[in-house]
Amino acid sequence: MSNNAIGRKTSGVDKALRVALYTVLLVAAAFYLIPFIVMLITSLKDVEEIRTGNLLSLPAALNFDSWAKAWSSACTGSSCGGISPYFMNSFQIVLPAVAISTLVGAINGYVISLWKFRGSDLFFAAMLVGCFIPFQVILLPMAQTLGWLGIANTASGLVFVHVVYGVAFTTLFFRNFYQSIPSELVKAARLDGAGFFTIFYRIILPVSTPIIVVTVIWQFTQIWNDFLFGVAFSGFDTQPVTVALNNLVNTSFGGKEYNVDMAAAIIAALPTLAVYVFAGKYFVRGLTAGAVKG
Amino acid sequence: MNTKAANSGSGQTQSGRPARLSLADWMPKIVMAPTVLVTLVCIYGYMIWTAVLSFTGSRMLPSYNFVGFEQYERLFNNDRWMVALTNLGIFGGLFIFICLFLGVTLAIFLDQKIRAEGAIRTIYLYPMAISFIVTGTAWKWLLNPTNGLEKMMVDFGFVNFKFDWLINPDMVVYCLVIAAVWQASGFVMALFLAGLRGVDGDLIKAAHLDGASTFTTYRRIILPSLKPVFFSALVVLSHIAIKSFDLVAALTNGGPGYASDLPANFMYTYTFTRSQIGLGSASAMVMLGCVLAILVPYLYSELRGKRHE
Repeated sequence: MSNNAIGRKTSGVDKALRVALYTVLLVAAAFYLIPFIVMLITSLKDVEEIRTGNLLSLPAALNFDSWAKAWSSACTGSSCGGISPYFMNSFQIVLPAVAISTLVGAINGYVISLWKFRGSDLFFAAMLVGCFIPFQVILLPMAQTLGWLGIANTASGLVFVHVVYGVAFTTLFFRNFYQSIPSELVKAARLDGAGFFTIFYRIILPVSTPIIVVTVIWQFTQIWNDFLFGVAFSGFDTQPVTVALNNLVNTSFGGKEYNVDMAAAIIAALPTLAVYVFAGKYFVRGLTAGAVKG
Repeated sequence: MNTKAANSGSGQTQSGRPARLSLADWMPKIVMAPTVLVTLVCIYGYMIWTAVLSFTGSRMLPSYNFVGFEQYERLFNNDRWMVALTNLGIFGGLFIFICLFLGVTLAIFLDQKIRAEGAIRTIYLYPMAISFIVTGTAWKWLLNPTNGLEKMMVDFGFVNFKFDWLINPDMVVYCLVIAAVWQASGFVMALFLAGLRGVDGDLIKAAHLDGASTFTTYRRIILPSLKPVFFSALVVLSHIAIKSFDLVAALTNGGPGYASDLPANFMYTYTFTRSQIGLGSASAMVMLGCVLAILVPYLYSELRGKRHE
C-alpha cells in the first residue's frame, strides 16, 4: 500500500531503488543462512579437509562418519556414548513438562478469564512477574528444594522445575485467548446445570485448538533449548541434550573435531528446527504473544 | 461483578442454598490453589530467600549468620564482577541497538511487496528457534582464528586479513554481540512487520494524497505509530541480554580468562562451583534489580494505558 507511488511509475531511479532493496534483503538472508550452511558443510568433511580447507570449501565426498560419531560414540565429559542418550533425556523431560504446563495453563487461563474471583486479577499480575524474573534469583533455593523432595538430579526434578516456571507463560497465553469468549456463554451453561469441568471440557476446550498449538510449540522450544536449569539441576545421566552438546564441544581429548561438534549441534537443533519449519506460523504467533502482553 | 451475578443465579436454580456453599463456586479456587501456592513459594518465596542469603556469610552451604551489606561491598570490589557488569553494559547496549535497527530496517524493506517474502521471513527468523548453545557452538567455529573466518578471507586473497576477536580479551565481548544479534534480530523484524501490517491503510493513503513521499510517510506517520512495538521489543531484548548465560557458556566459556563473563555466568560460577553462596546471591539480587528497573516502568505504563482506554 505504502508504495503505490513506486508501482505506478517505473522510472530508472525507482528501478535502481528496487534493486538496492532486494540486494539488502538478500545480503541479510545470507547473514542468517551462512552459519547454518557452514555447520552443515563442516559436519560432512573429515578432519583433514577441515584443516586444509576453509569454512566454505566443499567436502570431496559426503561423509557421514562425524554424524555417526556425534550420535553414538563422541565423548561428552565423563562418558563416550555420543549425544543420543541425552537426546532421549531431553524428550523425557520435554514431553511431560510441555503436557503438564499446557494443561495447567489452560485451566488457569479458564479460571482467570471466565471464573474471576476476588484477587484473581491481582494474582495474575503477580504471576506475570514470574515470566520476567532472572532465574538466577531462584536457582539456589530451588536446588535445595529439589534435594528435600528427593528429586535432585532426576528427570522428574527437571520436569517439575520447567512446569513451575513455564506455567506463568502458558497461563498468560490461555488467559489472553479466553478473554474473547463472552462470559454469557458460561453463565448460560451454568443455568443449564453444567459444572466447572463440563463447561471446560464441552465448550472451552473444543475452541482452544489454535492456542493449544501455540502454547505447545512455545513450551517445546523453550524447554528443549533450556540450558540453565539443565546444567544446574541435572545429574550425569539425566542431562538434557544442550548440556551434553556443551560438554562435547568443550571436551578435548586429542585433537579438536569440529566436524563432530557441528554434527552434534545440528542434531541438538533438529527437533526445534523441525517444529519451526512445519509450524512456523504458530511459532511466530507464540513469540509475538510472549512479547506483546496484555 | 458479572461473576457474582452468575454465582447467585446458579446457587438458586441448582440447590436454593446460598452460592458460597456450592462446590461449583469453590471449584475455580480449588483448581487455582496449586498454582497460587507454587507461585508464592517458588517465585516470591525464593526471591526473598535469595535476598536473605545475600545478607549472610554463606559459603558452601547456606548459613544464616548475617553480615549486613558485606557481600554487596565485596561484590562491587570484585574485579570479575565489575568486568561482567561492564560487559553487560557493552553487550546489552550494542545488542539491543543493532537488533532494533536491523529489525526495523528489514521489516520496512520486507513490507514493500517483496517477491518470496514468506521464504525470506522464514530465513530471517529460524535462528530464534534454536538454542543459544547451538548458536554459540556454530559461532565458536566460525570465529575461531585458526580455521575460521580469518583463514577463509586469507584463502580468498586478503592475505593480511586478521580476525582474532574470540581470543582477544578486549574484543571478545563483541563476538557475543554478533552471535546474539544473529539469533534475535529476526524476531525483532517479525514484531515490527506485524506492527507495520497493523497500521491503518487509510492513514497512509491520505498521506500520499497530500503529496508525502514514502520516506516522509514512514518517518512522520508509520514509525511513530509503532511506539508500543518498539517498547515491547526493547523490554524483551533487554530481558534476553540480562539473562544471557548459555551463549557465553557455549561461545567463550567466559574466556579468555574472565574477559567475556556476564553477570549470569558470574552468579553461576560463584554459587555452584566456587562455593560463595552469599556473594552469588548478592549478584543475583543485583540482576533482579536491573530487570525490575526496566520492567516496573513498562508494566506501569501498560496498565495505566489500559485504564485510559
